[in-house]
Amino acid sequence: MFAFPLLSIVTFAPLVGALIILLFVRGDDADAQKNVRWGALFAATGTFLLSLIIWGRFEYGTADLQMVEEVDWIGTGINYRMGIDGISLPLVLLTTFLMPLCILASWEAIKVRVKEYMIAFLLMETLMIGVFCAQDLLLFYLFFEAGLIPMFLIIGIWGGGRRIYASFKFFLYTLLGSVLMLLAILWIYFDAGTTSIPALTAQAIDPDKAIPANIQGWLWLAFFASFAVKMPMWPVHTWLPDAHVEAPTAGSVILAGVLLKMGGYGFIRFSLPMFPIASMDFAPLVFGLSVIAVIYTSLVALVQEDMKKLIAYSSVAHMGFVTIGLFTFNVQGIEGAMFVMLAHGLISGALFLCVGVVYDRLHTREIARYGGLVERMPRYAFIFMLMTMASVGLPGTAGFVGEFLAIVGAFEANTWVALLMTTGVILGAAYALLLYRRVVFGKLEKEDLKAMTDLSPREILIFAPIAVAVIWLGVYPSSFLDIMEPSITYLVEHHNAAIALDAAMQPAGAETLGAAKH
Amino acid sequence: MHDFAIALPEIFLAVAAMALLMIGVFQKPGSDMGLVSWLGVLSLAVALVLVVTGEGDSVSFAGLFVVDSFARFAKVLILIGSAAAIVLSQGFVRREGMNRFEYPVLILIATLGMLMMVSANDLISLYMGIELQSLPLYVLAAFKRDSTRTTEAGLKYFVLGALSSGMLLYGCSMIYGFTGSTTFGDIANVMQGQDKAGIGLVIGIVFLSAGLAFKVSAVPFHMWTPDVYEGAPSPVTAFFATAPKVAALAMFLRAMLEPFGGMEADWRQIIWLISVLSMLLGAFAAIGQHNIKRLMAYSSIGHVGYALVGLTAATSEGVRGVLVYLTIYLVMNIGTFACILAMRRGDRMVESIDDLRGLAKTHKGMAMALAIFMFSLAGVPPLAGFFGKFYVFMAAINAGLYYLAVIGVLASVVGAFYYLRIIKIMYFDEPTEPLSKPIGVELGALMAITAFLTAAFFVVPGILVDGAAVAAGSLFP
Repeated sequence: MFAFPLLSIVTFAPLVGALIILLFVRGDDADAQKNVRWGALFAATGTFLLSLIIWGRFEYGTADLQMVEEVDWIGTGINYRMGIDGISLPLVLLTTFLMPLCILASWEAIKVRVKEYMIAFLLMETLMIGVFCAQDLLLFYLFFEAGLIPMFLIIGIWGGGRRIYASFKFFLYTLLGSVLMLLAILWIYFDAGTTSIPALTAQAIDPDKAIPANIQGWLWLAFFASFAVKMPMWPVHTWLPDAHVEAPTAGSVILAGVLLKMGGYGFIRFSLPMFPIASMDFAPLVFGLSVIAVIYTSLVALVQEDMKKLIAYSSVAHMGFVTIGLFTFNVQGIEGAMFVMLAHGLISGALFLCVGVVYDRLHTREIARYGGLVERMPRYAFIFMLMTMASVGLPGTAGFVGEFLAIVGAFEANTWVALLMTTGVILGAAYALLLYRRVVFGKLEKEDLKAMTDLSPREILIFAPIAVAVIWLGVYPSSFLDIMEPSITYLVEHHNAAIALDAAMQPAGAETLGAAKH
Repeated sequence: MHDFAIALPEIFLAVAAMALLMIGVFQKPGSDMGLVSWLGVLSLAVALVLVVTGEGDSVSFAGLFVVDSFARFAKVLILIGSAAAIVLSQGFVRREGMNRFEYPVLILIATLGMLMMVSANDLISLYMGIELQSLPLYVLAAFKRDSTRTTEAGLKYFVLGALSSGMLLYGCSMIYGFTGSTTFGDIANVMQGQDKAGIGLVIGIVFLSAGLAFKVSAVPFHMWTPDVYEGAPSPVTAFFATAPKVAALAMFLRAMLEPFGGMEADWRQIIWLISVLSMLLGAFAAIGQHNIKRLMAYSSIGHVGYALVGLTAATSEGVRGVLVYLTIYLVMNIGTFACILAMRRGDRMVESIDDLRGLAKTHKGMAMALAIFMFSLAGVPPLAGFFGKFYVFMAAINAGLYYLAVIGVLASVVGAFYYLRIIKIMYFDEPTEPLSKPIGVELGALMAITAFLTAAFFVVPGILVDGAAVAAGSLFP
């Protein structure tokens, strides 16, 4: 049956936009730059509207893959396979939603090589949507890794003072993590003869084909190397603060908003369903690292003097919530993790944009250089307040729902972990409020701050949708939880079935061994 | 009954080379080499057609010469590489006082030797092919005879090449002594049913593989590569890095797998070690390089290491991986050297990596092409270089060579650093003294074609991979 390839259209629409800009916009004068900006905005907005069609046609209440597309590609089991379920859809929407805002945020901040910049961003968007829609391991890997190229260029060309160091660190760190995953993918392909994600997921509960527990462990670790770096988890998080600080504002938004989610998405799409036994065995390791991340990086965030660095460390802490939630193996925990990812994508993106607003005016990110902004910039103070509160997890905002669910899930799995997590929430409130107080409140003493202007209409246009979304997610989370729920419930059932299968096979194995002896 | 028809491409190329020599000699003294060059490219194209239209597997000349789909695949690559090398050198030879008609003729004769190498079915014809290829290469390396750097490179290449040929011959004589034959098929038959090779034969294999490793410039027989690559005139380096590499690796595959295919347990460890050392040395030694030709030399050592991963697997999948790798490597290297040959200020060629500073602002197209090649050489998906590595590592994993695969991918991360450094210099740094324009039609066209192939390979990888699989199958009857 020939179906309308909606997912591919959404995925490659930004790429088409980028190609049009590459081929048809000539020169580098003011007019050409204007055309490039409008073209990129048009492409990104169009992609967002198209992605709303996906949402509209998405069927609730089923865990099955939807809008599946399959085309022969490399042959012998590796195909171009796209599909979407309740786990992918919210992340696709997050990506397409943030992208036009990123382009708007770069409207005036980026003045050199505008054409290349917009092409890199649109390319990035294609790759990110592709990551969330791919239903084939190799295709996923292609999208996942290819994202390094535009991000490397974005940080390296348009970044701050230490941009070269940061871009190399970002590239090599993430590449190192993923090459091991590639070997694991090859092993799986060799073992199963296919790289279809649904087929491999089903295989985990097939008694004849399930991967033995000891091999699962190695494969899990190989995937973990990649996702833990991407996530990032403590102690492999050190690339993130550097990359965030040096990247241009919109680059930070994409990094924090979407790229980090690829790690969490990887865990939920591959590690949990494909290696259920290993996931269970390694859950204490994940808990340990995540708890350290939550507490340690929150403490580190407390003493930062650079605004972006502070938010970067807070991202690591929030990602700790995600990994804990994922490895609780219960519906609340995983839903919470997913929701934290969504909320964090919006909130940290907005916080980076808040930093960008004052950075564009004063060209410094040092916290001590600010203070008393509320007197000159009341609208800015309001938005910043909303986002800070959301980051802290104030009920009624997006931040609350995810953290709450994750903690509930963790409580079910392990009380101590939940206890330590809540410490992280308190520390989170401390650093976020401290940042807000030092930047926005206090006396307006510094001379150059007195000339600061409040948000321009363009900036309001950027923040308004995010603010609406943050409150929407906080007040009526069901509109997204309903999308995820069937998929996550299925995931948990699948996990339990795989564990039960393993348990059933153990004594059987022991018996045959015993029978052989006699 | 000798079947001359199966050697038609070789016979044609030999005749064409002699005819071109005549044309060159009877031209007016001091006339341009353009005519001979383009006729040379035309002959290579005709030979390519002859290779492609040949069908079936056959052995002739008393078992010395074999044509199968493996040989055909390698020959296509070699002919493309040689033709590209002639096209690439046009601008350079005119500027640098190398404008002599012998240049394309020597490339043609070397190409003939390479075709013999990949069709060799006997240690004797293998050796003949190697020598027929090597002698013109020695001359080419020293072609700019009034430059000391070039003549040094030529001499070095000659002395070390002769040494390695000696080792190879010694290995051949040991193998002949212990098996009683020089024909690959007969050696394989003698070995059939024996579960272990005798010590004498193993020594023979070691010497043979040492000689072959020299030809493909694998560690620890790589020492000549950086000096020769740096010293030889740039278009000659471009030629060295493409067609002869493909020919030597294809010959390496056949010489190991056909006679000794059943006893890979005896030689796998040698290739394993060569492969690992090449990958590591290629990755680490290139980091400190400032001359881009020298850097490409180390890069080629690393890439040979990756290709040998496929040979270590010693399976049909491994050979398929190597062939895919070689094809992609060939395309990327032609493109990269087209960029290197476009690096000049006025009439002066420049070779330092720092000369590329800010290229993205002065030469947008060339910078983009070179960036594509660098990301691809580093093996970043979705570019073609990734698929090259993908297929050899797939073979390694299937053969259970996990350590090799892990070392390989880790080395590729180290290697990514220096490729990224070139991109950084082009894109992140400010231009100081821009390179000259225009870069020339031939170079621009080659860059555009190879960059497009490298970037768009992922859309339909099946064509190449299936072809390589068929070719690999003929080594495993």
